[in-house]
Amino acid sequence: MSSALAEEPGLKGPAHPTGMKPTDVSNPDYFHKVVDCQWACPAHTPVPEYIRLIAAGRYSDAYMINWESNVFPGVLGRTCDRPCEPACRRGRVEAEPVAICRLKRVAADNKDDIRDRLPVASHHKNGKRIALIGAGPASLTVARDLLPLGYTVVIYDQDKLAGGMMRTQIPKFRLPETVLDEECNYILDLQPELKFGQRIDSMKALAGENYDAIFVGCGAPRGRDLEIPGRMEAVANIHIGIDWLSSVSFGHIEKIGKRVIVLGGGNTAMDCCRTSRRLGGEKVDVVVRSGFEEMKASPWEKDDAMGEGIPIHNNLVPKEFKHDGGKLKGVVFEKVKAQRDAKGRRELVPTGEPDVLMECDDVLVAVGQENAFPWIERDVGIEFDRWDMPKVDTVTMQSTNPKIFFGGDSAFGPKNIIWAVAHGHEAAISIDLLCSGKDVKADRPPPLVNLMSQKMGIHEWSYDNDISNDLRYKVPHTPKEIALKNVKIEVELGFDPKAGFLEAQRCLNCDIETVFETKLCIECDACVDICPMDCITFTENGDEEDLRTRLTAPAPNPTQDLYLSEILKTGRVMVKDEDMCLHCGLCAERCPTGAWDMKKFYLEPAQAESCRSL
Amino acid sequence: MTYITKPKLRHPGLPKNNLGFTHRDYEGSISTLCAGCGHDSISASLIQACFELDIEPHRVAKLSGIGCSSKTPDYLLGNSHGFNSVHGRMPSVLTGANLANRDLIYMGISGDGDSASIGLGQFAHCVRRGVNMVYICENNGVYGLTKGQFSATADKGSKSKTAVNSDSPIDLVSLALILGATFVARSFSGDKKQLIPLLKAAITHRGSAVIDVVSPCVQFNNNPASTKSYDFVREHNEAVNRLDFIEPRAQITVDYEPGTVEIVTQHDGSQLKLSKLHGSYDARDRVAAMTYLQEHHAKGEVVTGLLYLDPEPEDLHAHLNTIATPLNTLGEKELCPGAKKLADVNESYR
Repeated sequence: MSSALAEEPGLKGPAHPTGMKPTDVSNPDYFHKVVDCQWACPAHTPVPEYIRLIAAGRYSDAYMINWESNVFPGVLGRTCDRPCEPACRRGRVEAEPVAICRLKRVAADNKDDIRDRLPVASHHKNGKRIALIGAGPASLTVARDLLPLGYTVVIYDQDKLAGGMMRTQIPKFRLPETVLDEECNYILDLQPELKFGQRIDSMKALAGENYDAIFVGCGAPRGRDLEIPGRMEAVANIHIGIDWLSSVSFGHIEKIGKRVIVLGGGNTAMDCCRTSRRLGGEKVDVVVRSGFEEMKASPWEKDDAMGEGIPIHNNLVPKEFKHDGGKLKGVVFEKVKAQRDAKGRRELVPTGEPDVLMECDDVLVAVGQENAFPWIERDVGIEFDRWDMPKVDTVTMQSTNPKIFFGGDSAFGPKNIIWAVAHGHEAAISIDLLCSGKDVKADRPPPLVNLMSQKMGIHEWSYDNDISNDLRYKVPHTPKEIALKNVKIEVELGFDPKAGFLEAQRCLNCDIETVFETKLCIECDACVDICPMDCITFTENGDEEDLRTRLTAPAPNPTQDLYLSEILKTGRVMVKDEDMCLHCGLCAERCPTGAWDMKKFYLEPAQAESCRSL
Repeated sequence: MTYITKPKLRHPGLPKNNLGFTHRDYEGSISTLCAGCGHDSISASLIQACFELDIEPHRVAKLSGIGCSSKTPDYLLGNSHGFNSVHGRMPSVLTGANLANRDLIYMGISGDGDSASIGLGQFAHCVRRGVNMVYICENNGVYGLTKGQFSATADKGSKSKTAVNSDSPIDLVSLALILGATFVARSFSGDKKQLIPLLKAAITHRGSAVIDVVSPCVQFNNNPASTKSYDFVREHNEAVNRLDFIEPRAQITVDYEPGTVEIVTQHDGSQLKLSKLHGSYDARDRVAAMTYLQEHHAKGEVVTGLLYLDPEPEDLHAHLNTIATPLNTLGEKELCPGAKKLADVNESYR
């Protein structure tokens, strides 16, 4: 009975000294994590803020928020790997996340001329010279961050145009040249010194040229090959995917055979097969070792490929290239299935069924990319690890040679554009600190953080808190008959402003945070009663594991925090499960004392010094 | 009040009852009451009680009069029958509806003004007749809609922002006991753990069940010197027992110390487990309950819990010996049996 008494009306029970600690909302990470998209984005772009601006038709403002954060909004709005979308809260409370990536494109497509809002080349050179190797997204980000500060930046690239893999590996039907040129030019207008068409063959030689710092952003330029019988003999019709895409990009290749097999299951394979369809490939097949679900390609890229009549065959391991006196005839595959080994790792084992021969005229090999640094002498002070990759600090991007930095695919192997940009920002901060005689680790600037009430009136907020019930809108495509005729015709047409508005309205405004003030609460339960997602509970404190079982609605997602108040008058605590919150603000509207408030959390990651005051 | 409607999206992991409904399927339209109003918590408790009892919403009729409290039926059970009557006249409409169709679950949702002032006579007769219903008085001691004058249930000496009440209060619970209600309870809107089981027991009770729920008016009567404020009720709450509602068919397996727990089986087979919190309080003794209430009211305490229960109640239909079939479903044949039958009836009185 004593336990029953302790629970009883609960109202005079003693405070529970044990259990979870009150949430420390002064730590910017707490509210940042609630903004799932921004937290998941490597560049931490303030997503909900620019989505609201799109909804308001302020495309240029939305573009500038993006540009300051991720440098290539138009490019990324078409090609980003969008780690924000799987993280999007909308995907947890409903079927699909907000189309964040394609909304970014809406801002880029509909903006006005924003050139007068961009930084200009500094007239006051600070005398520091920085070399950037490669003119891809990582290097261009470093250039953009450092040029306005007065640095002299020299960019080397083997190609004659800026863009790196954005230009050579992303087909034009996904990323029109005009979009890429525009955003590269915003940076080239800051007047870096360009040494294009010039390969760097020796780090030692470059290091001898009196640079204050060197940034390596040359990507992962080597496509992995497939050493199976027939490879040498049939070489004329077997191509390495990324090299082939690059040749197509520069117009060196304009045709491919009628029957094409693409080996590999990543995004490069998807680009290869779709490009083949446009260069004369009538029967194009993708063949992948793994199962369909395990493929590395993004789901939407697989959908787009299949939508163009390209079948994907899974669980087939290439065994041999069949040829007739050097003329490629087809590829032989072994059928496999996935199973778990004793340690629980997935492995592919032959099914024992007969091998399959698929006939073809050309094969594109897209089975992965590698970094290659034959041009970095091993005695320039850069240590390499056992995978022959340079040792690079994940925060500062500094190698073991304090003056040499890495970023993008060069740093930690193939990732994507948004990671390259994030690396670029961090490397620029480090280079700026290094050149100012500061510590690249200890002196890193903190992010800019702001938390401000959005209350405008008794039940009015500065944001639209009415939750849209719309499902995710589909981006319209160019009709297939037209799209497949020309490798330069963009497939996706982007949202028009109306669809863009409606999609933007699906955003839950997760950056408008529910902030609780313990001492104002009178425990009337109004917030508990109104909450459409049953996120809020008033109960006795306990350990997190225990508390998660005692909430109004189940809280089984440990990656999402519980927000805990201090001990309330009745000895209980307020617990809010952040997981399903719609940020509709009804808790704050129904709160008679203002214990709940909706406050906008704005976080801008630090950038190299004065770039912040753009 | 709130300008937006409550979002349709709901937590994907919400529990479902035996009908496949979540508690959100028992909601009504969004409340237009003031933020923090105790009445909203009572609405939420009713929603939860109906959800847990697997009640089909179309089996419920909610009736009310006039006042803040009487607006609340709109905020729950959007798929149930509703009747918003004249001020203080809900009990007669409810009685009539119950006579016409005894198959529905009747909820009379009223307030201290509607029940203890203008409708006191109606309240008394409805309870006295033993109408099978749950009569809920959302009691905040003030007239909220007319800006907070003291109502008839305000305690003598209770203070509002601008005045001190000098009149004696009407205690609806004591009145219900005197009038013969077969289920009498008091609770507090700020204590759903207590309120929800009481509502479930009252809904399943087949007789006149009266629950007085102290429900603070945040706007006009939640100041420190009010006896109907959140703080005052929490500090002076004397719960006599704790009620657990146990579904019909569910087994009680735990043993209890003798004398601490009382199990009462209701008509429908559901069981009420009463854990005693106050010594010898016996919820089946009407006279002792009245005495207890008076003693503790004199001490300034708010007695809550299940105060009186008659496990074998009789309702109005039993008193009138009506047939089991709801009267509103009888056809012309049954209602007008013909001249021969009339002659037989007349003959029986000769």
